[in-house]
Amino acid sequence: MTTTAQAERPAVRKSPPGAAHGPRRRTGRIHRVGLPYLLLLPALLLELLVHLVPMVIGIVMSFKELTQFYIRDWGAAPWSALDNYKVSVDFDAPVGEALLHSFLVTVAFTLLSVGLCWLIGTAAAVFMQDTFRGRGLLRALFLVPYALPVYAAVITWVFMFQHDNGLVNHVLHDQLGLTDKPSFWLIGDNSFIALLTVSVWKGWPFAFLIVMAGLQNIPRELYEAAALDGAGVWQQIRRITLPSLRPVNQVLVLVLFLWTFNDFNTPFVLFGRTAPEAADLISVHIYQASFVTWNFGTGSAMSVLLLLFLLVTGGYLVLTSRGRRSAS
Amino acid sequence: MRSIRAAAAGAVTLSLALAATACGGGSATGGGSNDSPKTLTYWASNQGAGIEVDKKVLQPELDKFEKQTGIKVKLEVVPWSDLLNRILTATTSGQGPDVLNIGNTWSASLQATGALLPWDTGNFGKIGGRDRFVDSALGSTGAEGKDPAAVPLYSMSYALYYNKKMLADAGISKPPATWDELVADGRKLSKDGKWALGMEGSNPSENIHHAFVFAKQHGADFFTADGKADFTSDGTVAAVKQYVDLMAKDKVIAPGNAEYAQNQSVSDFAKGKTAMLLWQSASANLASQGMSEDAYGIAPVPVQSGTPGTGKQVNSMVAGINLAVFKNTDNTDGATKFVKFMTSDAEQKILNNAYSTIPPVKSAQADAAFATPANAVLKDTLAKSAVALPQVADESQFETAVGTAIKGLFADAAAGRPVTTASVKAALEKAQQQMPAA
Repeated sequence: MTTTAQAERPAVRKSPPGAAHGPRRRTGRIHRVGLPYLLLLPALLLELLVHLVPMVIGIVMSFKELTQFYIRDWGAAPWSALDNYKVSVDFDAPVGEALLHSFLVTVAFTLLSVGLCWLIGTAAAVFMQDTFRGRGLLRALFLVPYALPVYAAVITWVFMFQHDNGLVNHVLHDQLGLTDKPSFWLIGDNSFIALLTVSVWKGWPFAFLIVMAGLQNIPRELYEAAALDGAGVWQQIRRITLPSLRPVNQVLVLVLFLWTFNDFNTPFVLFGRTAPEAADLISVHIYQASFVTWNFGTGSAMSVLLLLFLLVTGGYLVLTSRGRRSAS
Repeated sequence: MRSIRAAAAGAVTLSLALAATACGGGSATGGGSNDSPKTLTYWASNQGAGIEVDKKVLQPELDKFEKQTGIKVKLEVVPWSDLLNRILTATTSGQGPDVLNIGNTWSASLQATGALLPWDTGNFGKIGGRDRFVDSALGSTGAEGKDPAAVPLYSMSYALYYNKKMLADAGISKPPATWDELVADGRKLSKDGKWALGMEGSNPSENIHHAFVFAKQHGADFFTADGKADFTSDGTVAAVKQYVDLMAKDKVIAPGNAEYAQNQSVSDFAKGKTAMLLWQSASANLASQGMSEDAYGIAPVPVQSGTPGTGKQVNSMVAGINLAVFKNTDNTDGATKFVKFMTSDAEQKILNNAYSTIPPVKSAQADAAFATPANAVLKDTLAKSAVALPQVADESQFETAVGTAIKGLFADAAAGRPVTTASVKAALEKAQQQMPAA
């Protein structure tokens, strides 16, 4: 105890004013802070291996002519340079045209789905802020679609959307008489609406959950002060709730965007391996380009293009949100 | 606190390391060997009404095989929706079963991957020779001029299943033998919420099987003699249009069938919602859905005119299941023995009886069990008027591209949009452009 104190005294004297700790305590701190990271290092390396290696292999595949003749021995597949990419982005030829169409469908679908998820989720979260009887029950009920296993939930929708015996047609046509004849939801143009419905139904509880958590952090005093100043409910939402939620919203929209854009399960369970043109999302499209037609090279090239697009968009969203946060 | 965190980090590291080694486990051998002579893995396709049915049918036979040879066979019944993907994955990774069932239309495509053991004269010799098998079945075991990639196991053909009572009620004395008769009868049958014919509009493979036969009847083919895709000839366009017109123009198929892909049309037929069904070996399936055998009859699939035969009189594809040996097996001898066992006369009789299919082995086919009126129609079709789907490497791409195009045409027909020669041609043209440049 005394020796430590003696050793520390000169160090304290030498250190500039404001520095609280001596060098020995500092190295001790580095040890203490560093140990968990050291222990995590092997896990981190494996994580990189598990995540990065498949990505690199995918990128390598995209430069190969990997068709059914070569899948048994990848090494023997000839290098095709940029041919797979040329085929994918040649929008005058059928493959490129179909990819572009699928991309545009996916963009439209993602924008609508994310927008609706956010709108419904936020609206529900705001309404659920006030305490009333049965609020807990409602909150739990709202989360059910999110908690259900995807397959079980979507296959139920498939049954509901069926032409002959489906619940949707039964309600819309038989009971309400809104349509002249029963509509097809799983084939043809209506499939886009079916897909959007299921996606929003499945996605909005997540937005609801996140926004609800964000709302807890807004101090009540702000609302009280605003109310004293004569602000109505709508003004309170616009001037206090939404600006305070901005950081939450940015993350929420980014996550929803990535999930929706990449969603494979929903369209695959709804439509099977060949989606109708109106609902031909890019993830299923790429699956079809590689697995169903046995051309893994072109499929990989399309995946790499998709990855680039998502990197650019995701990076843009992250960067702009950071810029705005430092500005505000 | 600190020690807990450290322990947690250690646990995570350890479990990841374990997971990584577990993933890397297993031996990837380059070619065939006989390293583990006492076990075999067998992927069976789903032939019965459900996977459990298949296990019940196959397990006693596998036990017999174990008693004879001492080789234990691990059985896995793979549903059709997964089978091709599973085979592709096994091919890519080199880690698969030793013996497997494949749909016979995939033979040439899978043969091109080189993943399956070729059945040359030597290998055929080990199972009793090539001559034991029916020619039409051997015709869909791989590309012409190459050693077969598989041997035939079960044979099937399409037939017209009809509900006796519904036809009698509509005053129809015998099942239609030509398409004109079918349409005429169909108009009488399609009323009061009942329909004449059932089909699976959203199932690309089913669409292909029918379109292929219609094309034959129009004297056309989807592939040229040297294996190039040729989807847009007048004959193929007329064939596809005639098929889709059964719903679009003739209105003998319920529009709802356009979205069927999970054998709903078989259920509809079993429930008496449709009077006729074009299907392959439906008896076992219908029985499991509670339709008694004397409630329906089986007739040959209609032709344009005359009677079924060769050339334009073809009325079915050669449908069936082939048995293949995975080239990477580490028990080549055992696998060959197993193929010999499965294609032996005794097993062929038992298995084909259980699945209501026809044995592709000549001596087994002669058995009385396959001479019932129902089986006679199937056997006759296979022998006289069935043709194998094109045995080309691009066959699976063809199934996807054209099958999907027809699915789209049925969607149009169901929605009441016109299906014209031009629209059929445009759809087929698009399908052809999706095919790999040969």
